[in-house]
Amino acid sequence: MHQAALLGGMIHDASHYGWKVAQPLHDWGKMAEAVQNHVKSLNWGHRVQLQDRKVKYFNFKASFVNPHMVCGVSKGGEETLLSADHIVIATGGRPRYPTHIEDALEYGITSDDIFWLKESPGKTLVVGASYVALECAGFLTGLGLDTTVMIRSVPLRAFDQQMASLVTEHMAVHGTRILRGCTPLRVEKLSDGRLQVTWVDLASDKKDTGTFDTVLWAIGRVPETRGLNLEKAGVRTNPNTQKILVDAQEATSVPHIYAIGDVAEGRPELTPTAIMAGRLLAQRLCSRSSDLMDYDNVPTTVFTPLEYGCVGLSEEEAVARHGEERVEVYHAYYKPLEFVVPERDASQCYIKMVCLREPPQLVLGLHFLGPNAGEVTQGFALGIKCGASYQHVMRTVGIHPTCAEEVAKLRISKRSGLDPTVTGC
Amino acid sequence: MPIKHRVQRKSLKTSHTVSSPLGNPQAHQSGVLQKLLQEDPACDYDLIVIGCGSGGLSCAQEAAALGRRVMVLDLVVPSPQGTSWGLGGTCVNVGCIPKKLMHQAALLGQALTDSRKFGWECSQQVKHNWETMTEAIQKHVGSLNRSYQRALREKAVAYVNSYGEFVEHHKIKATNGKGQETYYTAAKFVIATGERPRYLGIQGDKEYCITSDDLFSLPYCPGATLVVGGSSVALECAGFLAGLGLEVTVMVSSQLLQGFDQEMAEKVASSMQQLGVRFLRKFVPVEVQQLEKGSPGKLKVVAKSTEGTEMIEGLYNTVLLAIGRDSCTKKIGLEKIGVKVNEKTGKIPVNDVEQSSVPYVYAVGDVVEGQPELMPVAVQAGRLLARRLFGGRLEKCDYINAPTVVFTPLEYGCCGYAEEKAVEVYRKENLEVYHTLFWPLEWTVACRDSNTCYAKIIYSKFDNDRVIGFHVLGPKAGEITQGFAAAMKCGLTKQLLDDTIGIHPTCAQVFTTLEITKSSGLDATQKGC
Repeated sequence: MHQAALLGGMIHDASHYGWKVAQPLHDWGKMAEAVQNHVKSLNWGHRVQLQDRKVKYFNFKASFVNPHMVCGVSKGGEETLLSADHIVIATGGRPRYPTHIEDALEYGITSDDIFWLKESPGKTLVVGASYVALECAGFLTGLGLDTTVMIRSVPLRAFDQQMASLVTEHMAVHGTRILRGCTPLRVEKLSDGRLQVTWVDLASDKKDTGTFDTVLWAIGRVPETRGLNLEKAGVRTNPNTQKILVDAQEATSVPHIYAIGDVAEGRPELTPTAIMAGRLLAQRLCSRSSDLMDYDNVPTTVFTPLEYGCVGLSEEEAVARHGEERVEVYHAYYKPLEFVVPERDASQCYIKMVCLREPPQLVLGLHFLGPNAGEVTQGFALGIKCGASYQHVMRTVGIHPTCAEEVAKLRISKRSGLDPTVTGC
Repeated sequence: MPIKHRVQRKSLKTSHTVSSPLGNPQAHQSGVLQKLLQEDPACDYDLIVIGCGSGGLSCAQEAAALGRRVMVLDLVVPSPQGTSWGLGGTCVNVGCIPKKLMHQAALLGQALTDSRKFGWECSQQVKHNWETMTEAIQKHVGSLNRSYQRALREKAVAYVNSYGEFVEHHKIKATNGKGQETYYTAAKFVIATGERPRYLGIQGDKEYCITSDDLFSLPYCPGATLVVGGSSVALECAGFLAGLGLEVTVMVSSQLLQGFDQEMAEKVASSMQQLGVRFLRKFVPVEVQQLEKGSPGKLKVVAKSTEGTEMIEGLYNTVLLAIGRDSCTKKIGLEKIGVKVNEKTGKIPVNDVEQSSVPYVYAVGDVVEGQPELMPVAVQAGRLLARRLFGGRLEKCDYINAPTVVFTPLEYGCCGYAEEKAVEVYRKENLEVYHTLFWPLEWTVACRDSNTCYAKIIYSKFDNDRVIGFHVLGPKAGEITQGFAAAMKCGLTKQLLDDTIGIHPTCAQVFTTLEITKSSGLDATQKGC
C-alpha cells in the first residue's frame, strides 16, 4: 500500500517529465483486491512449502497441558493432544486496543483490519506514534485520503529522535495532519455512521472533537501469550510486557521449550530476525551447528512516505554509551536528482553517520532519510557488521548519480557547525 | 592562512631560536622557502587545469581552497551536429545527469502502467512529450553550469572559456571562441580534458548521425532510433528511448557491455528485449544516407555482417552512435613538451600519484589510462591530487573495487570481479558463486515477471570466503550496490553476509539469504515471501 501511495506521487512527477497525464483518482477496492490476492498466494505458498518439507500442519489453536504436551483445538471445537521433545513458541503479537476508551473495539480498527478492508477507510484518524501508525497514515495520505495522526508524546520512540522528527515533519508538509501531545477520550457513533472522537490536548487540558469515517488504533502490540496456558508448562514471562523470557539460545525458563520472534522478550520485532533465529534454533536442535543469533546492529527501515533506514546506534544512544566528547557525527542534507525536475521538496532528505571520534572512527550507526532507504541501508549494514570505519566509507568510490553515494561523501561534522547542505552536481 | 602571514608573525618574536626556515625571513628571501612551497613567482599561476569537468573542477577547487593561484580552461568544441554546452564537463552536460533524468522519465512511464494495478485510474494510452522533458532537464543542467561558475568565482579560481594547448614547457596558449590567443604559465598542470564520442568513419556518419553529445538537448523527438554500439552508453540510451515509447533497435558488432560480466550483460539485453528493444547482433553500419530532411528526418542505414557477407538495410528517423569515446589528447600540444600518450588508446599513462611522463604535468579523469571512467573516480582523484601537491598530504586515490551501475531500464550494479575475470585470476575451483533470481515485492501486484531480477555473489575460497564480486540486476541497483561496495572495502566475507539480517521487504535483502551455488546446479528461482 506504501508502493501504491508512492506510485501516486510518481504519476504527479511523470507530468513534469513530459508524460501527458492528469492526476487520477484512486480506487481502494481495486488495490485492496490485488494486495489481498497476493497475500493469499503467499499463504498458499507457505502451505505448499510445509508440505514439500513434510512438516505436519494443524490448523489448531494450541495451549499447554504440561511441559511436554500441547492441546490443539480445531475450528469445530475438537481437541487433539500432541506431545514433543522440543516445543517452539512463535505466536507473535496482535494490535493493542486502548483499555480506557469505551467501544474502542467496536468502533476502531487496527492494522489487522486495514489491509483487508474492501472499501476505502475514508477520512481516517490514526491514533499512535509507532512506525505502524506513521506508515499507515503515510500511505493513506498518499492515496488521497484525509488523514490525521494523533501522537500522545514522541513519534518513533525507539528510534533516533532527530530522524523521527524529520520523518513526521515531512508527513506534515505533505498533507498529513499531526496532532502532537493529544490523547483520545471518547469515540461515539453518529447517526450517519461516522465516528465522533473527543480528545484532550495534554499541555493545555483543552478538549476538542473531530468527525472521521475510520479510527485506526496503532498504539502498540501485545504478545500472544494469554491463551497459551504457559503456567501449565512453567514458562515464565515478563510481568510488564507479558513477553516470554528467553536466553541467548532462545530457550525459555523450561529447557526444552523455546520462543522466537515478536513473542520473545528483548528481541527486535522484525521478520528477518525471527526467520534467522528460527533457522539457527532448528540447526542447533538438530546438532547441525552451535551458532547463536546475533541481535546487534540489525538494520531496519520505516516505510513512511519519505523512508527512514537505519542500522546501529541512534545519536542519543551513542552519546549515552560513549560520551559526547568521544562521538563524531557526520551529516548532510542532500537532494535526490529525480526531485529536481518535478521540483519536489527535499528539505527532509538527510543522512547522519554516528562514529567514534578516535581514528579510524568506527561507525556506530547510520541513519538515512530519503527514497529507497531500505535498498540504500542494507549494504551499509553489512559494512557495519564488518567493522566499517568512517575511513573505509570515505575511501569507497561513490556511484553517480544516486542518493546512496551521499553516504560515501559525508564530510561535514555536527561539531564543526558548518552548513551540511550538499551543493554541486 | 597563507604561509607568508605566518612568516611575518613569527618574525616579530625575537626571543627564541628559529630552527625551521618557515620562521626565518632571510630563508624566505633567499628562495629556500619558495622551493619548499613549490611556489614560482615567475609563473602566472601555481596550477593550470585544462578541462573543467568533474576531475578538473574538483582539483582546481581543492587547490584554491589550499591557498593556491589556480586557473581553469574550458571550451567545448561543438559536436559535428553543432551541439555545445556550458561549464561542468561530460557528467553534468552530456553524461550522468541528463542520462539519469531521461532514465527516470522512462521509469515513470513504467510506473504509470504499474499504477493501474495498484488502483490508480490512469488512462490506458499515455503519450510522452519529448520537448517538455528536455526543456526541464536542460533547465537543471543550466543551473548546474551556473552553480559551478559561482563556485569558481567564490574560490577565486580564474576561469577562462578558452581552448588550452601547450606551446612549450610550463606555458600554454589559450584560444577563445573568437580566435583570440592569450598565453599563461604555471608551475604545475593538470590535464582533465576527458573524452568525446567516437564516429564510425563511414559515409554519412558525421553528417547525419547524432551521439550522446547531441541527444540530451535534441530539440525534437528522435523517433524510431537505431543505436549503434554495445556500450553502457548505447544500452542506457536505447533503454530510455524505448521506455519513452519510441521504436528502438540496437546494432552491436561484437560483445555487449565489454569488460562487464557477460552473464549479466546478456540478462540486461534480455530484459531490454522484454521491453521491445530489437537487437541486431554482429552487424556494423557501412553507410548512412539521408532520405528525407526533417526534425527528425528519415535515414537509411546499410550494414554488413561481421561474420559473413550478409548485408542489411534499415530505415530510421535517427541514428545514435555510441561505439566508444576518444580521449581529447591529440590537439593540446602534449608532443611539444614530451608527455607520453598511448598511441592506440589516446590515453595518458600516469603513475600512482597521477603524474605523467613529464614531472610537472598530471592527469585526472577519463583521459587517464587504466582507470575506471567514472565521475566519482575523477572527483576523488582530482581532490587528492591537489592535496598531495599543495596540502602536504600523502593519500592516494583508491581505485580498487570502484562500483559501477548501468542505468538500463532494469538497472545493473556491480562491484569487484566479473565472473569470467574471477575465474581467470583465481581459477574456478577456488571460487564459489552464489546466485538467485528474485521478484521485487512491488512487481507482484504490478504483474511483472517473477524471474528476471538476478543477484550473484562471487567468493574466493582462499581468502576466508571473501566477496570478490557483487552483481545485481534489478530496480534501484545503484542504491543497493553502494553500501555493498563499502562493505567490500571492509573485507566482506560470506560468513558476515550470512550473519547480517536483511531489511524486509527490500530487493537488497536477497543477498543476506543466498543459499544456492552455481556448482550445485540447483534451481535458483525465488519462492515465498
